[in-house]
Amino acid sequence: MTTTTPQTQAPAPGGHERRRAPLTWRQRLGRLDVKLSPYLYIAPFWIVFALVGLFPIVYTAVISFQDWDLVRNTGTYTGFENFQFVLQDREFWLSLRNTFSIFLLSSVPQIIIATFIAAMLDKNIRAKTFWRMGVLLPYVVAPVAVALIFSNMFGDRYGLINSVLNDFGIDSIRWHVDVIPSHFAIATMVNFRWTGYNALILLAAMQAIPRDLYEAAAIDGAGTVRRFFSVTLPQIRPTMIFVIITSTIGGLQIFDEPRMYDTNGQGGSNHQWETITLYLYNMGWVDFDFGRAAAVAWILFIIIVAFGLLNFVITQRFIASDTGAKAPKRKKVSQ
Amino acid sequence: MLTTQQYGHKGVNVSLSRRKTTLGFAAGAATLALALAGCSDSSDPESSSTAGGTDGGSTSEEQITLTLATFNQFGYSGESEGGDYQYDLIAEYEELHPNVDIVYNVADTSNTARENFFTKLGPGGLADVEAIEVDWLPEAMQYSDLLADLSNSELDGRWLQWKTDAATDKDGRLIGYGTDIGPEAICYNVDAIDAAGMDSSPEAMAAALDGDWDNFMALGKQYSDATGKGFFEETPAILQAMIGQLEAPYESPDDDSIIALDNADVKAMYDTLTQATADGISAGLQQWGDDWAAGMANGDFAVMPCPSWMLGVIAGNAPDGNWAIADAFPGGGGNWGGSYLTVPGNGANVEAATEFAAWLTAPEQQAKAFANVGAFPSQPEASESDAVQGATNDFFGGAETGKIFTERAAAVAVAPYKGAHYFQVNDAMVNALRRVEEGTMSADESWAQFESDVEALG
Repeated sequence: MTTTTPQTQAPAPGGHERRRAPLTWRQRLGRLDVKLSPYLYIAPFWIVFALVGLFPIVYTAVISFQDWDLVRNTGTYTGFENFQFVLQDREFWLSLRNTFSIFLLSSVPQIIIATFIAAMLDKNIRAKTFWRMGVLLPYVVAPVAVALIFSNMFGDRYGLINSVLNDFGIDSIRWHVDVIPSHFAIATMVNFRWTGYNALILLAAMQAIPRDLYEAAAIDGAGTVRRFFSVTLPQIRPTMIFVIITSTIGGLQIFDEPRMYDTNGQGGSNHQWETITLYLYNMGWVDFDFGRAAAVAWILFIIIVAFGLLNFVITQRFIASDTGAKAPKRKKVSQ
Repeated sequence: MLTTQQYGHKGVNVSLSRRKTTLGFAAGAATLALALAGCSDSSDPESSSTAGGTDGGSTSEEQITLTLATFNQFGYSGESEGGDYQYDLIAEYEELHPNVDIVYNVADTSNTARENFFTKLGPGGLADVEAIEVDWLPEAMQYSDLLADLSNSELDGRWLQWKTDAATDKDGRLIGYGTDIGPEAICYNVDAIDAAGMDSSPEAMAAALDGDWDNFMALGKQYSDATGKGFFEETPAILQAMIGQLEAPYESPDDDSIIALDNADVKAMYDTLTQATADGISAGLQQWGDDWAAGMANGDFAVMPCPSWMLGVIAGNAPDGNWAIADAFPGGGGNWGGSYLTVPGNGANVEAATEFAAWLTAPEQQAKAFANVGAFPSQPEASESDAVQGATNDFFGGAETGKIFTERAAAVAVAPYKGAHYFQVNDAMVNALRRVEEGTMSADESWAQFESDVEALG
């Protein structure tokens, strides 16, 4: 931009009018380069996103207002009928309840445990890489395999857990019948898979904290616990927000685990553990009603956006309560 | 096919299915065939006259490629645990028709195949010959106009009547050639029956089970009172058998409207089954679950409806068990599972594909498929072949399984009408029975819930 400044000056006084020097080809190219290149570089992402992301989202919206026939690819416009049906369906509200229940049972303990594990891995321990890679192992295991292993543990009659409970004279827990035990079992599978993954992300953030902060705190007389709460937690806040938001999005879309939880894959005889994504799947692929399934997809989308925003605001307040309004500034500094 | 789960088409298929190992082989064979055909281009087309089967063989010299898509184990080409199949039907067809190259694709589960089938049925992109399972046949029948009409008077009488009836739409178009079926007998745990002080010989059991479902329940009550254990696995398993004996259980064949709530037969069936739960005749072990598999080995239940492909499942789950087969089925015959070959109407080679499908489902070929993987043929002529008639099963005390299941297939009298809402209503019914079995609702509450579930469908 600096090269253009001389040309914007007023014409030289007196004599013949001085013509503006035309830009050379090279200059024009340079100008274009500065102005357009950044867009060009991010274009591949946007083109791919428009094809595989944006288009399906819009198309889903179109389908959600129709009585859609997947096979013939035709539909009749029905207005808000699909949305109306879904919002009045008992199954929808049950699956919404289950989704939030499983989400809370998984995300909350998961993040607390992940933070704890990360803090431990951040210490000077022997065979660091071994331990760090170890926590990621469950993440590598396919969800279907995880479900197979856990279904063995959570069997109603011959499951491992119930056998142990019976040995201690405690009654069997009906994992596939009662609501809360089924949610607990599914949340366990989710936690098994995601805790280590989140721990590694938090660990990376913890490693970036300047060590002199800890030294200063130690000299000031802060113990391990105090240092964790007053130095570590505020310093990893942006990462924490990231982890919370991603696990919220993931948590509200839990599918594999509840689908694999029993052999029928439909969320229980009384919808005990049917989540909203499972409801969506059943609506589409079991009932062959893709208009309604599209409506569910959009409702889920809106819920996730709303919940994500709410979560963002709460985390912002909660973790930064000591610094109050200065929060946004500190976020920049810590990056 | 031998799926470990044919009941409940959307169930999770934790089956012993194999990945598509045949694709590479088929592609290799196709290339080879192409090369050979290229060399012999100028030679006389004598080969066309050697084409066997009921059809005359293609006389066209034009080089074409046919694609065939199945799932699980159809027994056409490939390998099982014991090595390569005894017969390779794909290679055999290519030999008979030098101008045809076949690319064979095997989906890992029936569910994958189902989603693929319905996604591509309209816009195109399916294989020339697509296998469908009887569980999603009613859905495919909704789009019968998109599938080629395969009816051919030369093939009349090739299949069991009820097998063909189920794949014939209202306009008389036949959309699928039957491959295999799952005729049901009753398998029972010999030790468990002995423990109840009953005669456990196959003849005595067959005689005791010969009768209607009330007779079956009475026998169950006698067993459960004596042992304190469940007689059969769970009520939805018995529902599956009972519903298959009704002409029009849930929907009216005339206008496809849902009649499940008005059908006295359905309510009577529900009452019989919930009474069985109350009497402790049902073990309440959900089919295909871990507890069910363990229960089979531990003797938690004594009998189960047993289609031909179930024998391997029992032998796998209860390897040390002492099981036998009774040549009987309460309330008439029963069928559980089986498949068809269809030809999508918008394919490039509909005629050649129809010929290929007809050849594969001919009795000679299905008898070979039975020899390969034990898929029980839907063609009476095939089941009368020596391969089928001579089949026995050592695990089940050397029972003459070929003869028993031929007998059982002949006993099937009804092909129930299954319309657009069949599976949704059936799922609601299965859930209703399970709620009672789990004790989350009383029989009356659960029926009321079933009513509101069904009303929401309309």
